[in-house]
Amino acid sequence: MEAKENQGELWEVFLQTKPGQAFKHVGSVHAFDKNLAIENARDVYTRRGEGTALWVVPSKEIVAVTANEAEYFFEAADEKIYRHPTFYSMPEGVKNM
Amino acid sequence: MEIIAASTEQLLADFESKINAEIKIEPRDWMPEEYRQNLIRQMSQHANSEVIGMQPEGNWITRAPSLRSKKILLAKIQDEGGHGLYLYSAAETLGVSREELIQALHEGKAKYASVFNYPALNWADMGAIGWLVDGAAITNQVSLQRTSYGPYSRAMVKICKEESFHQRQGYEIMWRMMEGTKDQQQMAQDALNRWWWPALMMFGPHDSDSPNSTLAMKWKIKRESNDQLREKFINKTIPQAELIGLKIPDEHLQLLDNETYKHGDINWEEFWAVIKGNGPCNQQRLEHHIRAHQEGAWVRETAIESAQKNKI
Repeated sequence: MEAKENQGELWEVFLQTKPGQAFKHVGSVHAFDKNLAIENARDVYTRRGEGTALWVVPSKEIVAVTANEAEYFFEAADEKIYRHPTFYSMPEGVKNM
Repeated sequence: MEIIAASTEQLLADFESKINAEIKIEPRDWMPEEYRQNLIRQMSQHANSEVIGMQPEGNWITRAPSLRSKKILLAKIQDEGGHGLYLYSAAETLGVSREELIQALHEGKAKYASVFNYPALNWADMGAIGWLVDGAAITNQVSLQRTSYGPYSRAMVKICKEESFHQRQGYEIMWRMMEGTKDQQQMAQDALNRWWWPALMMFGPHDSDSPNSTLAMKWKIKRESNDQLREKFINKTIPQAELIGLKIPDEHLQLLDNETYKHGDINWEEFWAVIKGNGPCNQQRLEHHIRAHQEGAWVRETAIESAQKNKI
């Protein structure tokens, strides 16, 4: 099907719900430029005071690892169990560790 | 990085084992084409319903009886526009464009909930729509929070959080009318009489007549059947009606035990007639959407121009 009209680029929306917290992906909006993108994101995702800060990012700029690749991509970390605190043995009675 | 191509059988087996383990399917995961098509059909129908559903209520913004009720109605309708956008975005993750989704609606290829093809005749209808139509939608959407497709599930979680006010505002309107004059009580009862059956039809045909449902249930796009959801809805709604003195317009309604009701026969001829385009407002709803979309073209064109200028 031919697309007859232009409804703008896709932008991903990230919201920080409280100061100090990490930004979280909440969805996406269509917009023609960054000003419209941030205003559309406000109207669509923060009608009830859900956030204190907002980011929008053009979807095409996001670099992703696909689920098919994930197993190979993250494999290296699986072998390095000494990165977890539970790997180490500790003498009985040790405190504040 | 080397990626070994897996056979379709293996991919399907992996897909189904994820579904069985309640692991959500995400946009970049492999999925059977039928799953994708089934989701696009259901999600675009859902998105279109949110947006077309703005019309019967939009009709009453200028005639709301108080500033309070006008502000509430505006907020509710704005939410519905927002819900349509969440759902279109979620559908777009399946590789279909926004333009295609709108075009399919305008060409009559994609549907919307047939309940919105009934007219909203007076203010009591704002009560009945919020209480019954949103109530039925919430029953369905609560269940769909557990759908197997990640973006659809996340949109449902967000929508359910926002929708509980919609049903309450509708029930409050009905309650206030039932506390009012005889004429107001009669208006509320009339609105219930007109919206009760269309609300029950929102859950779709009986399970025995719903061929699309089998695959949707197997792959957990839908989590509960049409009849199960309809039953949940009537069991919670009938006591709400009785509490404020409204009578359910069903002479064959039976109370099976303390909490379970059995409704009389649904007029399926009417249901199919409305779906096929012969409801009271089908033509009006679609024409209005097309007109609003065309009249908004200059906004899109201006925004494109403005974006170009800012780039230079």
